[in-house]
Amino acid sequence: MKKIILAAAILAIASPSFAQKLMSRTAKISFNATTPKSPEKIEGVNNEVACILDAKTGDFVFQLQVKSFKFERELMQQHFNENYMESDKFPKSMFKGKITNFGDVNLAKDGTYKVTVSGDLTVHGVTKTVSVPGTITVKGGTATASAKLQIKLADYKVDVPSVVGDKVAKDAIITIDAALAQK
Amino acid sequence: MRKFLLASALICGTTLSFAQSADSLMNELDNDVKATAKKEDVEFTFKATRICNTSSVENLGEGVLDFRVNHRFGRLNQGAENFYGLDNATTKLGLDYGIKKWLMVGVEHSTLNKENDVFVKAKLLKQQKNGMPITLSYYGSISAVRKSTLPIPAGTEWHFSNQLAYINQVLIARKMSNAISLQLTPTLVHYNLVDSSKYSNNTIALGIGGRVKLSRRVAITAEYYLRLTNQDMPVIGSTGKTYNSATVGIDVETGGHVFQLMLSNSFTNTERVIIGQTGDSWKDGGIHFGFNISRVFTVVKPKEFRN
Repeated sequence: MKKIILAAAILAIASPSFAQKLMSRTAKISFNATTPKSPEKIEGVNNEVACILDAKTGDFVFQLQVKSFKFERELMQQHFNENYMESDKFPKSMFKGKITNFGDVNLAKDGTYKVTVSGDLTVHGVTKTVSVPGTITVKGGTATASAKLQIKLADYKVDVPSVVGDKVAKDAIITIDAALAQK
Repeated sequence: MRKFLLASALICGTTLSFAQSADSLMNELDNDVKATAKKEDVEFTFKATRICNTSSVENLGEGVLDFRVNHRFGRLNQGAENFYGLDNATTKLGLDYGIKKWLMVGVEHSTLNKENDVFVKAKLLKQQKNGMPITLSYYGSISAVRKSTLPIPAGTEWHFSNQLAYINQVLIARKMSNAISLQLTPTLVHYNLVDSSKYSNNTIALGIGGRVKLSRRVAITAEYYLRLTNQDMPVIGSTGKTYNSATVGIDVETGGHVFQLMLSNSFTNTERVIIGQTGDSWKDGGIHFGFNISRVFTVVKPKEFRN
């Protein structure tokens, strides 16, 4: 009986320190859909991604406004929003998932940890389950999460008209970088 | 027993928070995003910086240069002999530049009357979701024609100031829905040289324009200028009657460019001519086919792409 109480007490006391959440409102997601035949780089950057990592469970979510993607060419930004992502209709992209091997990560110890992130990625109103490799780098009490994934535009019903069929990649490469800080 | 209950309650509480799902984490993020979000601007009211002939509330991005070639052909009613007007054309070349996201300038040359103009367009209010209901811009230009288009009395001098006209427009637009945008354009054109015994130097007009998107890449556009003064002023230098300008067009986006094709009773597309000096009428078949081609260049890269 005493042991139970002790255990409970330890859990109760310990949980606030583990219950912390790490977040960022300025995480970066970029995508690249350039092909060798593209007349210019098809590359967008969004520096206003919001994300939270639950440092206890490894649950990880992010969301972004599609309109916040910046392009080197303004006209491309307009076409990205108006013609491909239809950002009026589908203003947000998001991810809801979990670091499946979060047990391997020690946020209290400097190092680079290989992780696998699995969950539901919603782009252009279509949700698909993805599982991607990534890293969490802990250094001096800060954690940086990075991952790279490739998504098939057709899977997310992003139409590429046939005239530019060979100038836009069928698969876009997406990179995420999030410097996480305590919420 | 009481202690046991307490312990269980504590354990349960902790276990629940352990089991916190990604869903509730997303709700937390949603709330945070909502709490820190700024009011969202409504973008892309029109596809291009011109509705058809005259300005829309759209601006070029910061550091973007736009080289424009606008052709307007002769009247369709010139018949097969003149290839329905295509044998006869006026051209306007223009260079527009976006200094800031809200401020653009341009220089233009039109072959009709050898007209040159410089303009500035500034976006003063921006339509927002759940906020500001309209976008409001100012457009101002100064135009000079190189040729004497109005005979001057003997013994008087042809001053440079005689060549000038000033155009002032307030562009008030609202994106009503994803497909429909409307714009009202109160306009004042001041012609320095008119037959002032009969007409005012100031032509006041109300422009009405809009677009309806048919698909993601194709839109129908229209523009009309209703003159409130000087309706009976003839084409300067002739006795030809003038009409209100009416234009219908189509915006077609083909990958990298927006092509604007249109039919109008205005022969050229400078504000000076369109608003007060349109000399043809739709009713008589005085309709001109025209198109705008635009090629944009990024002169100054956005800060995200500077290394």
